[in-house]
Amino acid sequence: MVSQSHATAAADPFEVSEAFLKRRRLVDLTMRCILFLAASLSILVTAGIVYVLVSEAAHFFAQVSIVDFLTDTQWTPVFQEKHFGIMTLVSGTLMTSAIALIVAVPAGTILSIYLSEFAQPQVREAIKPILELISGVPTVAFGYFALLFVTPLFQTFIPGLSGFNLLVPGIVIGIMILPFIVSVSEDAMRAVPNSLREGAYALGFTRLQTSVRVVIPGAFSGITAAYILGMSRAVGETMVVAIAAGQQAKIAVNPLEGAATITAYIVQISLGDLPHGSIAYLTIFAAGLTLFVITFLFNILAFWLRRKYREVY
Amino acid sequence: MHGSVDGVAQADLAHNAAQLRAEVKKLSFYYGTSQALKSVDLPIVDRQVTALIGASGCGKSTLLRCFNRMHDLYVGNRYEGSITLYPENLDIVGPGVDPMLVRLRIGMVFQKPNPFPKSIFDNVASGLYIRGVKTRAIVEQRVEQSLRQAALWEEVKDRLHQSAYGLSGGQQQRLCIARALAPNPGLILFDEPTSALDPIATAKIEELVDQLRLNYTIVIVTHNMQQAGRISNFTAFMHLGQMLEYAPTKQFFTAPEHPKTQEYITGRFG
Repeated sequence: MVSQSHATAAADPFEVSEAFLKRRRLVDLTMRCILFLAASLSILVTAGIVYVLVSEAAHFFAQVSIVDFLTDTQWTPVFQEKHFGIMTLVSGTLMTSAIALIVAVPAGTILSIYLSEFAQPQVREAIKPILELISGVPTVAFGYFALLFVTPLFQTFIPGLSGFNLLVPGIVIGIMILPFIVSVSEDAMRAVPNSLREGAYALGFTRLQTSVRVVIPGAFSGITAAYILGMSRAVGETMVVAIAAGQQAKIAVNPLEGAATITAYIVQISLGDLPHGSIAYLTIFAAGLTLFVITFLFNILAFWLRRKYREVY
Repeated sequence: MHGSVDGVAQADLAHNAAQLRAEVKKLSFYYGTSQALKSVDLPIVDRQVTALIGASGCGKSTLLRCFNRMHDLYVGNRYEGSITLYPENLDIVGPGVDPMLVRLRIGMVFQKPNPFPKSIFDNVASGLYIRGVKTRAIVEQRVEQSLRQAALWEEVKDRLHQSAYGLSGGQQQRLCIARALAPNPGLILFDEPTSALDPIATAKIEELVDQLRLNYTIVIVTHNMQQAGRISNFTAFMHLGQMLEYAPTKQFFTAPEHPKTQEYITGRFG
Protein backbone atom coordinates (compact mmCIF):
# COMPACT_ATOMS: atom_id res chain seq x y z
CA MET A 1 0.00 0.00 0.00
CA VAL A 2 2.61 2.47 1.15
CA SER A 3 5.06 1.75 -1.64
CA GLN A 4 2.26 1.92 -4.19
CA SER A 5 1.23 5.43 -3.15
CA HIS A 6 4.88 6.46 -3.28
CA ALA A 7 5.12 5.11 -6.79
CA THR A 8 2.10 7.05 -8.00
CA ALA A 9 3.39 10.22 -6.34
CA ALA A 10 6.04 10.39 -9.03
CA ALA A 11 3.43 10.81 -11.77
CA ASP A 12 0.99 12.66 -9.56
CA PRO A 13 -2.50 12.64 -11.07
CA PHE A 14 -3.40 15.45 -8.66
CA GLU A 15 -0.56 17.72 -9.65
CA VAL A 16 -1.90 21.21 -10.18
CA SER A 17 -1.13 23.23 -13.26
CA GLU A 18 -0.01 26.85 -13.24
CA ALA A 19 -3.25 27.80 -15.05
CA PHE A 20 -5.32 26.16 -12.34
CA LEU A 21 -3.53 28.12 -9.62
CA LYS A 22 -4.01 31.34 -11.57
CA ARG A 23 -7.70 30.69 -11.99
CA ARG A 24 -7.99 29.92 -8.30
CA ARG A 25 -6.26 33.15 -7.34
CA LEU A 26 -8.56 35.08 -9.65
CA VAL A 27 -11.71 33.52 -8.18
CA ASP A 28 -10.37 34.18 -4.71
CA LEU A 29 -9.67 37.83 -5.52
CA THR A 30 -13.10 38.36 -7.11
CA MET A 31 -14.85 36.81 -4.15
CA ARG A 32 -12.90 38.98 -1.79
CA CYS A 33 -13.87 42.11 -3.74
CA ILE A 34 -17.55 41.12 -3.73
CA LEU A 35 -17.50 40.44 0.01
CA PHE A 36 -15.73 43.71 0.65
CA LEU A 37 -18.31 45.61 -1.41
CA ALA A 38 -21.16 43.96 0.48
CA ALA A 39 -19.53 44.92 3.74
CA SER A 40 -18.87 48.49 2.63
CA LEU A 41 -22.45 48.88 1.42
CA SER A 42 -23.81 48.79 4.97
CA ILE A 43 -21.24 51.35 6.08
CA LEU A 44 -22.00 53.53 3.04
CA VAL A 45 -25.73 53.50 3.75
CA THR A 46 -25.12 54.46 7.37
CA ALA A 47 -22.67 57.15 6.34
CA GLY A 48 -25.18 58.45 3.77
CA ILE A 49 -27.93 58.71 6.35
CA VAL A 50 -25.65 60.49 8.78
CA TYR A 51 -24.49 62.83 6.01
CA VAL A 52 -28.04 63.82 5.02
CA LEU A 53 -29.06 64.25 8.64
CA VAL A 54 -26.05 66.37 9.52
CA SER A 55 -26.06 68.52 6.37
CA GLU A 56 -29.77 69.33 6.56
CA ALA A 57 -29.56 69.85 10.31
CA ALA A 58 -26.67 72.26 9.64
CA HIS A 59 -29.09 74.45 7.64
CA PHE A 60 -31.45 74.33 10.57
CA PHE A 61 -28.78 75.32 13.06
CA ALA A 62 -27.76 78.19 10.80
CA GLN A 63 -31.15 79.71 11.63
CA VAL A 64 -31.74 78.50 15.18
CA SER A 65 -29.08 78.70 17.83
CA ILE A 66 -28.10 75.40 19.40
CA VAL A 67 -28.52 76.92 22.86
CA ASP A 68 -32.18 77.78 22.14
CA PHE A 69 -32.62 74.33 20.65
CA LEU A 70 -31.44 72.67 23.83
CA THR A 71 -32.89 75.06 26.43
CA ASP A 72 -36.18 76.40 25.09
CA THR A 73 -39.19 74.77 26.72
CA GLN A 74 -41.58 75.13 23.81
CA TRP A 75 -41.69 73.48 20.42
CA THR A 76 -43.85 75.41 17.97
CA PRO A 77 -42.17 75.29 14.55
CA VAL A 78 -45.37 75.82 12.57
CA PHE A 79 -46.86 78.55 14.73
CA GLN A 80 -46.58 82.28 14.13
CA GLU A 81 -44.35 82.61 17.14
CA LYS A 82 -41.75 79.92 16.59
CA HIS A 83 -39.96 78.05 19.38
CA PHE A 84 -37.56 75.20 18.88
CA GLY A 85 -37.03 73.58 22.25
CA ILE A 86 -36.19 69.96 21.43
CA MET A 87 -36.20 68.99 25.11
CA THR A 88 -40.01 68.87 24.94
CA LEU A 89 -39.84 66.03 22.43
CA VAL A 90 -36.79 64.44 24.09
CA SER A 91 -38.62 64.31 27.42
CA GLY A 92 -41.56 62.53 25.79
CA THR A 93 -39.25 60.01 24.16
CA LEU A 94 -37.27 59.40 27.33
CA MET A 95 -40.46 59.06 29.38
CA THR A 96 -42.02 56.40 27.13
CA SER A 97 -38.68 54.60 26.77
CA ALA A 98 -38.10 54.59 30.52
CA ILE A 99 -41.58 53.20 31.15
CA ALA A 100 -41.00 50.59 28.45
CA LEU A 101 -37.73 49.53 30.08
CA ILE A 102 -39.28 49.43 33.55
CA VAL A 103 -41.72 46.92 32.11
CA ALA A 104 -39.41 44.99 29.80
CA VAL A 105 -36.15 44.71 31.75
CA PRO A 106 -37.45 42.89 34.85
CA ALA A 107 -39.98 40.85 32.88
CA GLY A 108 -37.43 40.03 30.19
CA THR A 109 -34.73 39.06 32.66
CA ILE A 110 -37.04 36.86 34.71
CA LEU A 111 -38.47 35.24 31.62
CA SER A 112 -35.06 34.52 30.13
CA ILE A 113 -33.77 33.03 33.40
CA TYR A 114 -36.87 30.88 33.50
CA LEU A 115 -36.49 29.75 29.90
CA SER A 116 -32.77 29.10 30.07
CA GLU A 117 -32.42 27.65 33.58
CA PHE A 118 -35.74 26.36 34.83
CA ALA A 119 -38.10 25.46 32.01
CA GLN A 120 -38.38 21.92 30.72
CA PRO A 121 -37.41 21.75 27.05
CA GLN A 122 -41.04 21.19 26.01
CA VAL A 123 -42.18 24.30 27.89
CA ARG A 124 -39.38 26.35 26.38
CA GLU A 125 -40.26 25.16 22.89
CA ALA A 126 -43.87 26.17 23.51
CA ILE A 127 -43.15 29.63 24.92
CA LYS A 128 -40.51 30.79 22.47
CA PRO A 129 -42.72 30.73 19.34
CA ILE A 130 -45.44 32.62 21.24
CA LEU A 131 -42.92 35.32 22.13
CA GLU A 132 -41.72 35.46 18.55
CA LEU A 133 -45.33 35.90 17.53
CA ILE A 134 -45.44 39.11 19.57
CA SER A 135 -42.53 40.51 17.60
CA GLY A 136 -44.40 39.68 14.39
CA VAL A 137 -47.41 41.84 15.27
CA PRO A 138 -47.37 45.10 13.24
CA THR A 139 -46.59 48.08 15.46
CA VAL A 140 -49.66 49.90 14.20
CA ALA A 141 -51.76 47.16 15.77
CA PHE A 142 -49.98 47.77 19.05
CA GLY A 143 -50.74 51.49 18.67
CA TYR A 144 -54.47 50.94 18.38
CA PHE A 145 -54.31 48.28 21.07
CA ALA A 146 -52.84 50.97 23.35
CA LEU A 147 -55.29 53.68 22.33
CA LEU A 148 -58.55 51.74 22.12
CA PHE A 149 -58.11 48.90 24.60
CA VAL A 150 -55.43 49.47 27.22
CA THR A 151 -56.06 53.18 27.83
CA PRO A 152 -59.84 52.77 28.45
CA LEU A 153 -59.04 49.74 30.63
CA PHE A 154 -56.52 51.70 32.69
CA GLN A 155 -58.88 54.67 32.93
CA THR A 156 -61.23 52.50 34.98
CA PHE A 157 -58.72 52.37 37.84
CA ILE A 158 -56.31 55.25 37.21
CA PRO A 159 -58.27 58.49 37.67
CA GLY A 160 -56.92 61.38 35.64
CA LEU A 161 -55.48 59.23 32.87
CA SER A 162 -56.13 61.15 29.68
CA GLY A 163 -57.10 59.55 26.40
CA PHE A 164 -53.67 60.32 25.04
CA ASN A 165 -50.94 59.63 27.59
CA LEU A 166 -47.38 58.43 27.92
CA LEU A 167 -47.98 55.65 30.44
CA VAL A 168 -49.91 53.26 28.22
CA PRO A 169 -47.73 53.61 25.10
CA GLY A 170 -44.71 53.10 27.37
CA ILE A 171 -46.14 49.86 28.76
CA VAL A 172 -47.19 48.64 25.32
CA ILE A 173 -43.73 49.39 23.89
CA GLY A 174 -42.33 47.44 26.84
CA ILE A 175 -44.41 44.43 25.81
CA MET A 176 -43.30 44.94 22.22
CA ILE A 177 -39.58 44.91 23.01
CA LEU A 178 -39.90 42.01 25.47
CA PRO A 179 -39.30 39.29 22.84
CA PHE A 180 -36.06 40.97 21.71
CA ILE A 181 -34.74 41.24 25.23
CA VAL A 182 -35.73 37.67 26.07
CA SER A 183 -34.32 36.22 22.89
CA VAL A 184 -30.94 37.95 23.12
CA SER A 185 -30.44 37.49 26.86
CA GLU A 186 -31.61 33.89 26.82
CA ASP A 187 -29.09 33.14 24.08
CA ALA A 188 -26.40 34.76 26.20
CA MET A 189 -27.40 32.70 29.24
CA ARG A 190 -27.50 29.47 27.32
CA ALA A 191 -24.02 30.23 25.98
CA VAL A 192 -22.66 30.05 29.52
CA PRO A 193 -20.86 26.70 29.55
CA ASN A 194 -22.41 23.82 31.48
CA SER A 195 -19.13 23.25 33.27
CA LEU A 196 -19.79 26.46 35.23
CA ARG A 197 -23.26 25.28 36.20
CA GLU A 198 -21.89 21.91 37.30
CA GLY A 199 -19.27 23.73 39.35
CA ALA A 200 -21.99 25.70 41.07
CA TYR A 201 -24.23 22.71 41.71
CA ALA A 202 -21.26 20.75 43.06
CA LEU A 203 -20.82 23.45 45.69
CA GLY A 204 -24.43 22.99 46.73
CA PHE A 205 -25.93 25.98 44.89
CA THR A 206 -29.66 25.85 44.26
CA ARG A 207 -31.00 26.51 40.79
CA LEU A 208 -31.81 30.09 41.66
CA GLN A 209 -28.39 30.66 43.21
CA THR A 210 -26.75 29.14 40.15
CA SER A 211 -28.77 31.43 37.88
CA VAL A 212 -28.20 34.60 39.85
CA ARG A 213 -24.61 34.08 40.99
CA VAL A 214 -23.08 32.23 38.05
CA VAL A 215 -25.19 32.35 34.90
CA ILE A 216 -26.15 36.03 34.98
CA PRO A 217 -22.62 37.28 35.75
CA GLY A 218 -21.34 34.97 33.01
CA ALA A 219 -23.87 36.26 30.51
CA PHE A 220 -23.73 39.86 31.68
CA SER A 221 -22.36 41.38 28.50
CA GLY A 222 -24.99 39.63 26.40
CA ILE A 223 -27.74 40.68 28.78
CA THR A 224 -26.55 44.29 28.65
CA ALA A 225 -26.59 44.10 24.88
CA ALA A 226 -30.19 42.87 25.10
CA TYR A 227 -31.22 45.80 27.28
CA ILE A 228 -29.55 48.32 24.98
CA LEU A 229 -31.10 46.73 21.92
CA GLY A 230 -34.48 47.02 23.62
CA MET A 231 -33.73 50.60 24.63
CA SER A 232 -32.81 51.56 21.08
CA ARG A 233 -36.02 50.07 19.80
CA ALA A 234 -38.07 51.83 22.47
CA VAL A 235 -36.45 55.19 21.66
CA GLY A 236 -37.05 54.73 17.94
CA GLU A 237 -40.56 53.28 18.25
CA THR A 238 -42.94 55.42 16.24
CA MET A 239 -46.40 54.06 15.54
CA VAL A 240 -47.47 53.35 19.12
CA VAL A 241 -46.57 56.81 20.35
CA ALA A 242 -47.86 58.56 17.22
CA ILE A 243 -51.23 56.91 17.76
CA ALA A 244 -51.63 56.75 21.52
CA ALA A 245 -49.38 59.38 23.10
CA GLY A 246 -50.82 62.50 21.54
CA GLN A 247 -49.21 65.21 19.45
CA GLN A 248 -48.83 68.01 21.91
CA ALA A 249 -45.19 69.01 22.30
CA LYS A 250 -44.49 69.88 25.89
CA ILE A 251 -42.06 68.97 28.64
CA ALA A 252 -43.31 65.59 29.82
CA VAL A 253 -43.42 65.30 33.58
CA ASN A 254 -46.70 63.51 34.17
CA PRO A 255 -46.98 60.14 32.41
CA LEU A 256 -50.76 60.29 32.78
CA GLU A 257 -50.91 63.13 30.27
CA GLY A 258 -50.16 63.00 26.60
CA ALA A 259 -47.05 64.47 24.98
CA ALA A 260 -45.34 64.18 21.62
CA THR A 261 -42.16 62.20 21.24
CA ILE A 262 -39.45 62.87 18.65
CA THR A 263 -40.72 60.11 16.40
CA ALA A 264 -44.36 61.11 16.79
CA TYR A 265 -43.46 64.68 15.84
CA ILE A 266 -41.58 63.55 12.74
CA VAL A 267 -44.58 61.53 11.59
CA GLN A 268 -46.95 64.40 12.27
CA ILE A 269 -44.89 67.03 10.48
CA SER A 270 -44.04 64.76 7.53
CA LEU A 271 -47.73 64.19 6.86
CA GLY A 272 -48.34 67.93 6.59
CA ASP A 273 -47.77 69.99 3.47
CA LEU A 274 -44.37 71.53 4.02
CA PRO A 275 -42.41 73.68 1.57
CA HIS A 276 -39.02 72.08 0.90
CA GLY A 277 -36.28 73.98 2.71
CA SER A 278 -38.62 75.81 5.09
CA ILE A 279 -37.67 75.96 8.73
CA ALA A 280 -40.48 73.54 9.67
CA TYR A 281 -39.15 71.10 7.06
CA LEU A 282 -35.65 71.41 8.50
CA THR A 283 -36.90 70.56 12.00
CA ILE A 284 -37.43 67.00 10.78
CA PHE A 285 -33.70 66.62 10.30
CA ALA A 286 -32.82 68.38 13.53
CA ALA A 287 -35.20 66.07 15.41
CA GLY A 288 -33.92 63.05 13.50
CA LEU A 289 -30.35 63.95 14.33
CA THR A 290 -31.27 64.26 18.01
CA LEU A 291 -32.81 60.81 17.91
CA PHE A 292 -29.70 59.47 16.23
CA VAL A 293 -27.46 61.05 18.87
CA ILE A 294 -29.54 59.52 21.68
CA THR A 295 -29.37 55.99 20.32
CA PHE A 296 -25.70 56.50 19.46
CA LEU A 297 -24.95 57.50 23.05
CA PHE A 298 -26.73 54.41 24.34
CA ASN A 299 -24.77 52.23 21.98
CA ILE A 300 -21.53 53.74 23.20
CA LEU A 301 -22.66 53.15 26.76
CA ALA A 302 -23.42 49.54 25.88
CA PHE A 303 -20.05 49.12 24.21
CA TRP A 304 -18.30 50.51 27.27
CA LEU A 305 -20.35 48.37 29.68
CA ARG A 306 -19.63 45.26 27.69
CA ARG A 307 -15.92 45.93 27.64
CA LYS A 308 -15.87 46.69 31.33
CA TYR A 309 -17.85 43.66 32.42
CA ARG A 310 -16.99 41.20 29.70
CA GLU A 311 -16.20 37.76 31.10
CA VAL A 312 -14.15 35.46 28.96
CA TYR A 313 -14.67 31.78 29.45
CA MET B 1 -13.86 -7.59 44.97
CA HIS B 2 -11.18 -10.16 44.64
CA GLY B 3 -8.52 -9.41 47.22
CA SER B 4 -5.67 -11.74 48.11
CA VAL B 5 -5.59 -13.12 51.64
CA ASP B 6 -3.74 -10.03 52.72
CA GLY B 7 -6.13 -7.90 50.69
CA VAL B 8 -9.14 -9.49 52.36
CA ALA B 9 -7.66 -8.62 55.73
CA GLN B 10 -7.17 -5.05 54.54
CA ALA B 11 -10.63 -4.91 53.09
CA ASP B 12 -12.10 -6.18 56.35
CA LEU B 13 -10.26 -3.49 58.15
CA ALA B 14 -11.65 -1.01 55.65
CA HIS B 15 -15.14 -2.30 56.27
CA ASN B 16 -14.92 -1.28 59.86
CA ALA B 17 -17.55 1.48 59.70
CA ALA B 18 -15.67 3.72 62.11
CA GLN B 19 -12.98 4.21 59.50
CA LEU B 20 -15.22 4.56 56.50
CA ARG B 21 -16.22 7.91 55.11
CA ALA B 22 -18.56 6.37 52.56
CA GLU B 23 -19.63 3.01 51.28
CA VAL B 24 -21.03 2.09 47.89
CA LYS B 25 -23.27 -0.97 47.93
CA LYS B 26 -24.76 -2.73 44.93
CA LEU B 27 -24.91 0.53 43.04
CA SER B 28 -26.33 0.38 39.54
CA PHE B 29 -26.79 3.43 37.42
CA TYR B 30 -28.73 3.97 34.21
CA TYR B 31 -28.50 6.70 31.60
CA GLY B 32 -32.07 6.31 30.39
CA THR B 33 -32.20 2.65 29.47
CA SER B 34 -28.48 1.97 29.12
CA GLN B 35 -26.86 0.63 32.24
CA ALA B 36 -23.55 2.32 33.03
CA LEU B 37 -22.82 0.82 36.45
CA LYS B 38 -23.51 -2.78 37.36
CA SER B 39 -23.92 -3.47 41.07
CA VAL B 40 -20.77 -1.71 42.19
CA ASP B 41 -19.39 -2.13 45.72
CA LEU B 42 -16.68 0.15 47.04
CA PRO B 43 -15.57 1.33 50.48
CA ILE B 44 -14.15 4.86 50.82
CA VAL B 45 -11.73 4.97 53.73
CA ASP B 46 -11.68 8.12 55.83
CA ARG B 47 -8.77 10.53 55.24
CA GLN B 48 -7.30 8.41 52.51
CA VAL B 49 -7.10 8.81 48.76
CA THR B 50 -9.08 6.29 46.74
CA ALA B 51 -8.25 6.19 43.06
CA LEU B 52 -10.69 4.93 40.44
CA ILE B 53 -8.97 3.66 37.32
CA GLY B 54 -10.08 1.89 34.18
CA ALA B 55 -10.30 2.32 30.44
CA SER B 56 -12.41 5.09 28.87
CA GLY B 57 -16.09 4.31 29.18
CA CYS B 58 -15.63 1.88 32.07
CA GLY B 59 -17.90 3.95 34.32
CA LYS B 60 -15.34 5.51 36.66
CA SER B 61 -16.50 9.10 36.06
CA THR B 62 -20.12 7.94 36.16
CA LEU B 63 -19.48 6.40 39.58
CA LEU B 64 -17.76 9.55 40.81
CA ARG B 65 -20.64 11.74 39.69
CA CYS B 66 -23.08 9.54 41.66
CA PHE B 67 -21.41 10.68 44.87
CA ASN B 68 -22.73 14.23 44.50
CA ARG B 69 -25.78 13.41 42.40
CA MET B 70 -24.41 15.30 39.39
CA HIS B 71 -26.47 13.00 37.19
CA ASP B 72 -29.64 14.59 38.56
CA LEU B 73 -28.97 17.67 36.41
CA TYR B 74 -29.91 15.74 33.32
CA VAL B 75 -33.24 14.00 32.82
CA GLY B 76 -33.81 10.27 32.57
CA ASN B 77 -31.00 9.09 34.86
CA ARG B 78 -31.67 6.48 37.55
CA TYR B 79 -29.83 5.05 40.53
CA GLU B 80 -30.27 1.66 42.24
CA GLY B 81 -28.49 0.48 45.38
CA SER B 82 -26.91 2.82 47.89
CA ILE B 83 -23.99 5.07 48.74
CA THR B 84 -23.90 5.65 52.47
CA LEU B 85 -22.09 8.69 53.78
CA TYR B 86 -20.62 8.31 57.29
CA PRO B 87 -20.84 9.35 60.05
CA GLU B 88 -24.17 10.93 59.00
CA ASN B 89 -25.48 7.58 57.75
CA LEU B 90 -26.98 9.41 54.79
CA ASP B 91 -27.87 7.41 51.70
CA ILE B 92 -26.64 9.77 49.01
CA VAL B 93 -28.65 8.22 46.18
CA GLY B 94 -31.72 7.45 48.29
CA PRO B 95 -34.99 8.49 46.63
CA GLY B 96 -36.05 10.98 49.30
CA VAL B 97 -32.65 12.65 49.64
CA ASP B 98 -32.29 16.22 48.44
CA PRO B 99 -29.33 16.41 46.04
CA MET B 100 -28.60 19.95 47.28
CA LEU B 101 -28.08 18.55 50.76
CA VAL B 102 -25.65 15.98 49.39
CA ARG B 103 -23.72 18.60 47.46
CA LEU B 104 -23.41 20.81 50.51
CA ARG B 105 -21.38 18.01 52.13
CA ILE B 106 -19.30 16.85 49.19
CA GLY B 107 -16.92 18.95 47.15
CA MET B 108 -15.89 18.34 43.55
CA VAL B 109 -13.04 19.33 41.28
CA PHE B 110 -13.65 18.88 37.59
CA GLN B 111 -11.59 17.72 34.67
CA LYS B 112 -11.30 21.19 33.17
CA PRO B 113 -10.85 24.11 35.55
CA ASN B 114 -14.24 25.86 35.79
CA PRO B 115 -13.81 29.01 37.87
CA PHE B 116 -16.83 31.31 37.90
CA PRO B 117 -16.70 34.59 35.97
CA LYS B 118 -15.87 36.44 39.17
CA SER B 119 -12.87 37.57 41.16
CA ILE B 120 -10.47 35.08 42.70
CA PHE B 121 -11.77 35.97 46.16
CA ASP B 122 -15.43 35.57 45.22
CA ASN B 123 -14.73 32.24 43.59
CA VAL B 124 -13.33 30.78 46.78
CA ALA B 125 -15.96 32.51 48.91
CA SER B 126 -18.92 31.41 46.77
CA GLY B 127 -19.42 28.14 48.65
CA LEU B 128 -19.46 30.10 51.90
CA TYR B 129 -21.87 32.75 50.64
CA ILE B 130 -24.47 30.21 49.58
CA ARG B 131 -24.23 28.57 52.98
CA GLY B 132 -25.22 31.91 54.45
CA VAL B 133 -21.80 32.83 55.84
CA LYS B 134 -21.74 36.62 55.65
CA THR B 135 -19.36 37.77 58.37
CA ARG B 136 -16.56 39.43 56.43
CA ALA B 137 -13.80 38.40 58.82
CA ILE B 138 -14.81 34.73 58.74
CA VAL B 139 -15.09 34.71 54.95
CA GLU B 140 -11.69 36.38 54.55
CA GLN B 141 -10.04 34.06 57.01
CA ARG B 142 -11.52 30.98 55.35
CA VAL B 143 -10.65 32.17 51.83
CA GLU B 144 -7.03 32.71 52.84
CA GLN B 145 -6.87 29.35 54.60
CA SER B 146 -8.32 27.53 51.57
CA LEU B 147 -6.00 29.30 49.16
CA ARG B 148 -3.06 28.37 51.37
CA GLN B 149 -4.21 24.75 51.50
CA ALA B 150 -4.47 24.82 47.72
CA ALA B 151 -0.91 26.21 47.53
CA LEU B 152 -2.15 29.24 45.65
CA TRP B 153 -2.11 31.97 48.29
CA GLU B 154 1.39 33.28 47.60
CA GLU B 155 0.62 33.59 43.89
CA VAL B 156 -2.69 35.41 44.19
CA LYS B 157 -2.66 37.29 47.51
CA ASP B 158 -1.99 40.61 45.74
CA ARG B 159 -4.74 40.22 43.18
CA LEU B 160 -7.60 38.60 45.03
CA HIS B 161 -10.10 40.96 43.47
CA GLN B 162 -9.04 40.45 39.88
CA SER B 163 -10.86 38.09 37.54
CA ALA B 164 -10.13 34.40 38.00
CA TYR B 165 -9.72 34.15 34.24
CA GLY B 166 -6.40 35.94 34.44
CA LEU B 167 -4.87 32.86 36.07
CA SER B 168 -3.06 30.09 34.19
CA GLY B 169 -4.77 26.73 33.73
CA GLY B 170 -2.88 25.14 36.61
CA GLN B 171 -3.63 28.09 38.88
CA GLN B 172 -7.30 27.97 37.88
CA GLN B 173 -7.42 24.31 38.83
CA ARG B 174 -5.87 25.04 42.23
CA LEU B 175 -8.41 27.86 42.60
CA CYS B 176 -11.18 25.34 41.95
CA ILE B 177 -9.63 23.10 44.60
CA ALA B 178 -9.60 26.03 47.05
CA ARG B 179 -13.22 26.72 46.15
CA ALA B 180 -14.10 23.10 46.94
CA LEU B 181 -12.13 23.18 50.21
CA ALA B 182 -13.57 26.42 51.58
CA PRO B 183 -16.85 24.97 52.93
CA ASN B 184 -14.83 22.14 54.57
CA PRO B 185 -16.52 19.21 52.82
CA GLY B 186 -16.41 15.70 54.26
CA LEU B 187 -15.46 14.19 50.94
CA ILE B 188 -13.86 15.68 47.84
CA LEU B 189 -14.27 14.22 44.38
CA PHE B 190 -11.60 14.78 41.75
CA ASP B 191 -12.58 13.98 38.16
CA GLU B 192 -9.31 13.61 36.23
CA PRO B 193 -8.15 16.92 37.70
CA THR B 194 -4.85 17.02 35.85
CA SER B 195 -5.81 15.79 32.40
CA ALA B 196 -6.01 19.37 31.07
CA LEU B 197 -2.74 20.48 32.70
CA ASP B 198 0.95 20.45 31.84
CA PRO B 199 3.41 18.20 33.79
CA ILE B 200 4.55 20.94 36.18
CA ALA B 201 1.01 21.98 37.08
CA THR B 202 0.14 18.28 37.38
CA ALA B 203 3.00 17.72 39.83
CA LYS B 204 1.74 20.61 41.96
CA ILE B 205 -1.79 19.24 42.09
CA GLU B 206 -0.51 15.77 42.98
CA GLU B 207 1.59 17.19 45.79
CA LEU B 208 -1.47 19.07 46.97
CA VAL B 209 -3.67 15.97 47.01
CA ASP B 210 -1.02 14.25 49.07
CA GLN B 211 -1.23 16.97 51.70
CA LEU B 212 -5.00 17.26 51.64
CA ARG B 213 -5.21 13.63 52.71
CA LEU B 214 -4.33 14.72 56.24
CA ASN B 215 -7.65 16.52 56.59
CA TYR B 216 -9.92 15.34 53.80
CA THR B 217 -11.20 12.14 52.27
CA ILE B 218 -10.56 12.07 48.56
CA VAL B 219 -11.88 10.04 45.64
CA ILE B 220 -10.00 10.65 42.44
CA VAL B 221 -10.70 9.42 38.94
CA THR B 222 -7.61 9.19 36.81
CA HIS B 223 -6.66 7.55 33.56
CA ASN B 224 -3.02 7.85 34.49
CA MET B 225 -1.93 4.72 36.34
CA GLN B 226 1.34 6.26 37.48
CA GLN B 227 -0.70 9.03 39.05
CA ALA B 228 -2.91 6.53 40.85
CA GLY B 229 0.23 4.76 42.06
CA ARG B 230 1.81 7.99 43.27
CA ILE B 231 -1.03 9.65 45.11
CA SER B 232 -3.56 7.05 46.23
CA ASN B 233 -3.78 4.72 49.21
CA PHE B 234 -6.42 2.50 47.66
CA THR B 235 -7.05 1.75 44.03
CA ALA B 236 -10.22 0.46 42.45
CA PHE B 237 -10.25 -0.89 38.93
CA MET B 238 -13.40 -0.72 36.86
CA HIS B 239 -14.22 -2.48 33.63
CA LEU B 240 -17.44 -2.21 31.60
CA GLY B 241 -19.41 -0.77 34.50
CA GLN B 242 -18.22 -3.36 37.02
CA MET B 243 -15.81 -3.10 39.91
CA LEU B 244 -13.22 -5.76 39.17
CA GLU B 245 -10.65 -5.15 41.86
CA TYR B 246 -10.13 -3.01 44.93
CA ALA B 247 -6.97 -3.15 47.03
CA PRO B 248 -4.42 -1.04 48.84
CA THR B 249 -2.52 0.72 46.06
CA LYS B 250 0.87 -0.88 46.65
CA GLN B 251 -0.62 -4.34 46.57
CA PHE B 252 -2.86 -3.44 43.64
CA PHE B 253 0.07 -2.58 41.42
CA THR B 254 2.50 -5.25 42.61
CA ALA B 255 0.19 -8.24 42.94
CA PRO B 256 -3.03 -7.62 41.03
CA GLU B 257 -5.51 -10.39 41.51
CA HIS B 258 -7.75 -10.21 38.48
CA PRO B 259 -6.32 -11.09 35.06
CA LYS B 260 -8.02 -8.04 33.51
CA THR B 261 -6.29 -5.81 36.06
CA GLN B 262 -2.97 -7.36 35.20
CA GLU B 263 -3.59 -6.74 31.54
CA TYR B 264 -4.63 -3.15 32.15
CA ILE B 265 -1.76 -2.12 34.40
CA THR B 266 0.80 -3.76 32.16
CA GLY B 267 -0.67 -1.81 29.27
CA ARG B 268 -2.08 -4.66 27.25
CA PHE B 269 -5.40 -2.93 26.82
CA GLY B 270 -7.02 0.37 27.66
